[in-house]
Amino acid sequence: MTDVPNHPHALLALEDGKVFFGRAFGSAKDAAGELCFNTSMTGYQEICTDPSYRGQIVTLTYPLINNYGVTPVDMESVHPWLSGLVVRELCAHPSNWRATQELDEFLANNNIPGIYGLDTRAITQHLRTYGFKRAVLAVAPPDVLPEEARDPFLWSSGRTPGIEAYVNDCIARAQHVTPLSDHDVVGEVSVNTGKYTAHAPWQPWPLPQQTAAQKRVVFIDTGGKHNIAHSLTSRGAEVVWVPYGTRYEEIRDMDPAGVVVCNGPGDPEVDAVAATVATTAKLMQRYPLLGICLGHQIIALAAGARTSRLKFGHRGANHPVQDIESGKVHITTQNHGFQVDAASIPENSGFRVSHISLNDGSVEGLRHHDLPVLSVQYHPEACPGPQDNQYIFDEFTELIS
Amino acid sequence: MTDRPSKVLIVGSGPIIIGQAAEFDYAGTQACKAMREEGITSILVNSNPATIMTDEDIADVVYIEPLTVPVIERIIAREQPDGLIPTLGGQTGLNLAVALADAGVLDKYGVQLLGTPLSAIQKAEDRELFRQTMTEIGEPIPASRTVNSVQEAEKFVEEIRLPVVIRPAYTLGGTGGGIAHTPDELRTVVAGGLSASPITQVLVEEYLLGWKEVEYEVMRDSADNCITVCNMENIDPMGVHTGDSIVIAPSQTLSDREYQMLRTASLNIIRSLGIEGGCNVQLALDPHSFAYRVIEVNPRVSRSSALASKATGYPIARMAAKIAIGRTLDKLPNPITQRTTAAFEPALDYVVAKIPRWPFDKFPSGDRVLGTQMKSTGEVMAIDRTLEAALQKAVRGLEIGDRSLMWEDEQWQRDPEAVWQHITEASDLRIWAIMCALRRGTSVAELARRSHIDTFFLEKLAGIRDMEQRLLTESLTPGLLWEAKRLGFADSQIGTLADVLPARVREMRKQWGIVPVYKMVDTCAAEFEAQTPYFYSTYEIENDAPSLTAERAAVVGSGPIRIGQGIEFDYCSVHAAWALASAGVQSIMVNSNPETVSTDFDTSDRLYFEPLDTESVLNVLDNEGVPPTIVQFGGQTAINLAEPLTLENVALAGSGVSAIDLAEDRRKFEAFLDRLGIPQPPGAAVTNVEDALSIASNIGYPVLVRPSYVLGGRAMEIVNTPEDLKSYVATAVQLSTRHPVLVDKYLQGKEVEVDAICDGKDVLIPGIMEHIERAGVHSGDSFAVYPPRDLHGHIEQTIVDYTTRICLELGVLGLVNIQYVIFQDEVFVLEVNPRSSRTVPFLSKVTEVPMVRLATLTMLGKSLAEMGFAGGLWPNQPLVAVKAPVFSMAKLRGVETSVGPEMKSTGEVMGVDVTFEAALYKAMVASGLNVPAGGTFLLSIADADKDAIRPIVRQLAAAGYNFMATEGTATMLESMGIPVRMISKRLQGTPNVVSVIRDGEVQAVINSLTGGRAVLQDGFYIRRAAVEMQIPCLTSLDTSRALATALSLQQDAYLVQPLCAYRDDR
Repeated sequence: MTDVPNHPHALLALEDGKVFFGRAFGSAKDAAGELCFNTSMTGYQEICTDPSYRGQIVTLTYPLINNYGVTPVDMESVHPWLSGLVVRELCAHPSNWRATQELDEFLANNNIPGIYGLDTRAITQHLRTYGFKRAVLAVAPPDVLPEEARDPFLWSSGRTPGIEAYVNDCIARAQHVTPLSDHDVVGEVSVNTGKYTAHAPWQPWPLPQQTAAQKRVVFIDTGGKHNIAHSLTSRGAEVVWVPYGTRYEEIRDMDPAGVVVCNGPGDPEVDAVAATVATTAKLMQRYPLLGICLGHQIIALAAGARTSRLKFGHRGANHPVQDIESGKVHITTQNHGFQVDAASIPENSGFRVSHISLNDGSVEGLRHHDLPVLSVQYHPEACPGPQDNQYIFDEFTELIS
Repeated sequence: MTDRPSKVLIVGSGPIIIGQAAEFDYAGTQACKAMREEGITSILVNSNPATIMTDEDIADVVYIEPLTVPVIERIIAREQPDGLIPTLGGQTGLNLAVALADAGVLDKYGVQLLGTPLSAIQKAEDRELFRQTMTEIGEPIPASRTVNSVQEAEKFVEEIRLPVVIRPAYTLGGTGGGIAHTPDELRTVVAGGLSASPITQVLVEEYLLGWKEVEYEVMRDSADNCITVCNMENIDPMGVHTGDSIVIAPSQTLSDREYQMLRTASLNIIRSLGIEGGCNVQLALDPHSFAYRVIEVNPRVSRSSALASKATGYPIARMAAKIAIGRTLDKLPNPITQRTTAAFEPALDYVVAKIPRWPFDKFPSGDRVLGTQMKSTGEVMAIDRTLEAALQKAVRGLEIGDRSLMWEDEQWQRDPEAVWQHITEASDLRIWAIMCALRRGTSVAELARRSHIDTFFLEKLAGIRDMEQRLLTESLTPGLLWEAKRLGFADSQIGTLADVLPARVREMRKQWGIVPVYKMVDTCAAEFEAQTPYFYSTYEIENDAPSLTAERAAVVGSGPIRIGQGIEFDYCSVHAAWALASAGVQSIMVNSNPETVSTDFDTSDRLYFEPLDTESVLNVLDNEGVPPTIVQFGGQTAINLAEPLTLENVALAGSGVSAIDLAEDRRKFEAFLDRLGIPQPPGAAVTNVEDALSIASNIGYPVLVRPSYVLGGRAMEIVNTPEDLKSYVATAVQLSTRHPVLVDKYLQGKEVEVDAICDGKDVLIPGIMEHIERAGVHSGDSFAVYPPRDLHGHIEQTIVDYTTRICLELGVLGLVNIQYVIFQDEVFVLEVNPRSSRTVPFLSKVTEVPMVRLATLTMLGKSLAEMGFAGGLWPNQPLVAVKAPVFSMAKLRGVETSVGPEMKSTGEVMGVDVTFEAALYKAMVASGLNVPAGGTFLLSIADADKDAIRPIVRQLAAAGYNFMATEGTATMLESMGIPVRMISKRLQGTPNVVSVIRDGEVQAVINSLTGGRAVLQDGFYIRRAAVEMQIPCLTSLDTSRALATALSLQQDAYLVQPLCAYRDDR
């Protein structure tokens, strides 16, 4: 498709002075955040609704987005959380039997801006080379961009005359965006409480064997995706969400068969999550535990290990992970900007690295010698991505049964 | 996997036919490279000499021999390999491996099938075993039942839903079958099908009308690691063979749930079959629910896997070969990034479009409707960041004239129903018909309803139409031009719509700074820095491909495989790239064909995947600082670019435009030969009927007529009367208004052909090839033998002399192909082509002269002498090699099969031995012209040929063959004392000449032509029946004589040895 004439001109300014030009969609407003990229070729709706993207502007590397619209069933949380979405092309005429809405409208209704038409591969290469960047997604106001200056080529190629001051201002704003590590993003997304009930049938997959019937699993909500809960309820478990700050005693009083520390946004070593780490350290001694993504990092911190920031993160649905014990490779969905440092895992913690990334050798899973603790950096619940890793939920189900 | 093998046999796929093209040369070549990397000795056998895989520096030992069980057994006995990889040589290679296993050959010699086990092949190939396996793992396949009555059919339909497809058992080409949408139709069609079936049986199958067709390319290793390399979605929904569908990668209309559901199914399937290597899973997906069906599994690398490899950068065949010898994906590096492993799934950040290349420009009478029988000969692929641009570039890559998506058939103006016919029935013109309908205001909804194509794709096409409208009405601004380029509009399209010359559009673009950038195909959507030199053009901001800086040269490839321009030219392009590399010059390859070795990312220093039109090639050259460009190896495609590129100040490496032009301009060429005192058949170039008639009456009939500047003798004909000439000129001149029609005296003599290399000083002639058929049969459809069998010394000297003088005087630099006819002991020049020809690989292989390398290096300024070669005729080798053409007529309904001046073959094979008879026999067997001992020939011979057929019949009778013949021919046989069964004509009751063929009573047909083109004569039906029954059908007495000679050979009286052994056998 070509640019839609009534879509405002917008730009993406990075803190290091790099600027990309496109057109706005979704909510026509400015946004700020850390710019990252995701290489999944499908699953834009699941990505938008993954709370782990809180505080981030997400670039989708696959160029055609909104091909199949948006459907209520594919929500991974109650609404989209990301700060902004960057795509090469926003499909004007989506087609899929389940589509009830277009991405444009969906983001607009949720007050989230998007930008399309820009060279997303160049953005990706920039982030790959220079690491993650803070950025501002800005909608050019009419006084900056008079009608006669709106030639699509001049705009796209950054040659529009007279916009220099505005662009510089956007870059300056990008330099003042609060870094992800400096705010409590988990607190913003930890919104679920009470019993989780499936909002949609488990289509199109057949139900797994019901092995955890009626077992209660407490789900510490650091920004969890629905399909994690789904993967457990479909095995018969009862999932109860608690806020991320819930104290150990409160969880204990709920008498769970197991506890899940789920995914979520941001830096695991921020102060706001410290209490969750402490709680997890106690839970670990008593309950079967499953950690996913941020939850995995929290478990590692609880075990005394450290985490660090990756240059540009792992975000996509094609990441190979090797199970060290079996040697088998699984293709996984990943979404993380931080990692557990293998060397920092205390020898006496009882933890060992169980899974590694075949791309960069980083830690993708931990197991404890004696305790029933499983933790994976990747997303076994997929959505989006390969369904190859549901076995993690089978293993956890066995631990709580 | 027990032990790692040390010596492995790789079986190729034989000649290029419809359904089995260059992709298997690519696969085999990758496999050989993989073996070399692993330190394993590779033994390669293929009958097709025009392949890179049969190069002696690709495999360790090369056999160019027929692909039959006895031949392979002798190779196995001689080489004692410990393993055989069955899954890289297409269906031919797979069937052969199974036949070798079944015949106990593999057990006898202790040869292990490597990779995918026999059980997996059987489970995938055997209908019933496949159904069982899918049922066991719960994967749905289309419901079907074999029934013997209408009642049974009705009962079955109660269980499933209408519509259903009815396929009668044992009828040819599905006659008598059909689709039933209503209970009434069900009764009618089933009843019809039952009566059409000789065993009164039909298969009733769930009809997946309008379901999406999706494919997954899956890999699995011996450790059970499974990945999907790529998925693809066909624009054409279920019903059109995937090889004939327009295919997009990755899938476009599948949400993540649908994508993953089908991915999981594909992994379940590859696991349940136990495949170790690559596999292709075809699925149908209901557009209105999560319902899907598994349609087919190919337990081997395929055309789709070649496409997936080129679409993603992931080398499936190479990895499959490594898996076959026991490597696992996690231990193999990703050859693109060099940092990550092969155990991952490529992420694309672009869209890929594949469009098949159909032969209907050559076979206008052929049935264009697309269905379950594949009809295309090749395909093009294009990559861009928008679907519209990928599609439009692919359309241009087809090279059907200058046809863009704006083309419309003239008939459509007058007949709107004709447009709908192409849309609803699906023909090769469907996409143009849809554009036409959109331009006439048809809604997307209406098109979706009648074509079942997803609105997603139709909306994209509607968007292209909208841009056409804007270009027609708005003034051309940088913004409009930019947006049009981003949708893949060519400068020529923009020029036409905006009423500006294309050259002016290009000028404006460059002036405004609107030039394409080149993005990398890196398997990982830019997540990792990659080392690959594989690029595509797009209109974006940042360029991944800054110009190479060292000395460099570009090679223009040959585009899609089509009749007249086959894999031979890809062979030449690949060798040109290698020759450049050997001279320290960086090679830049431009090509649009995903099947080939030339588009393998490690063939050249830079690969640009682009259509081969002037604009795209010029853009690439601009991006590379306008390097010297070689147009000599890419067939007519590349040669056609010589003039436009030269006009844009591109320096051609090798023969210049003047040489090309001189050779193709009849008048200039005549004057040129006159000056040299070299004769050619009298004739002239004409532009109107009057001139044609007067020339023909001057030189005398028969005359050979053809338009100049065409491919594979398109529209070439032998004309016997003024009336025929009139009708020919009336239709042919339209073909090309820029160029005249040539009318030449037809000399029915012996045709010989040479390929030569000229460095400006010396002319090296690696060999002379003699055609078995007399002049009049297109050289591409002729059997050719090297060295010539009975060429008098003085004739040979004359040929060498003419060739040398023509090359030097014409200013040839590099390769040239010259065809001569020897008529009444005099040598005439028929044609000079200052470019590589289809026989270059054949001749390179038999003579061991590295023809393309020498030619390329001469273009870089090296002399033949410097390279250790001299001028003149290269010594004849102590072997005989016969090149045989191979046709795909069984796949093309309604096409006349007889050979003539217009080329019809799709591929070729080579038979090589130390005697002519043995070489001929092998060529015959390899090309499928095998007649079982004691079989029956059906003869229908024109009176004029009766004398000539006598010795042929005697020879066949002596070899133990039987005969049936039409009346006149039968009388002749009786008079010779040869037993014959007389058969009546087609419309004179049964049995008749057609029914005996259909009933399988005949094993070969010799039918000499009685003249005239009428498609309704008996001869046409006899020939069609023969090709449909897949029995040899010869229309040339020369070929028949050769066949008789070959069939007289004592069985097994041929050698089986590596190619080099024939040359060394002095």
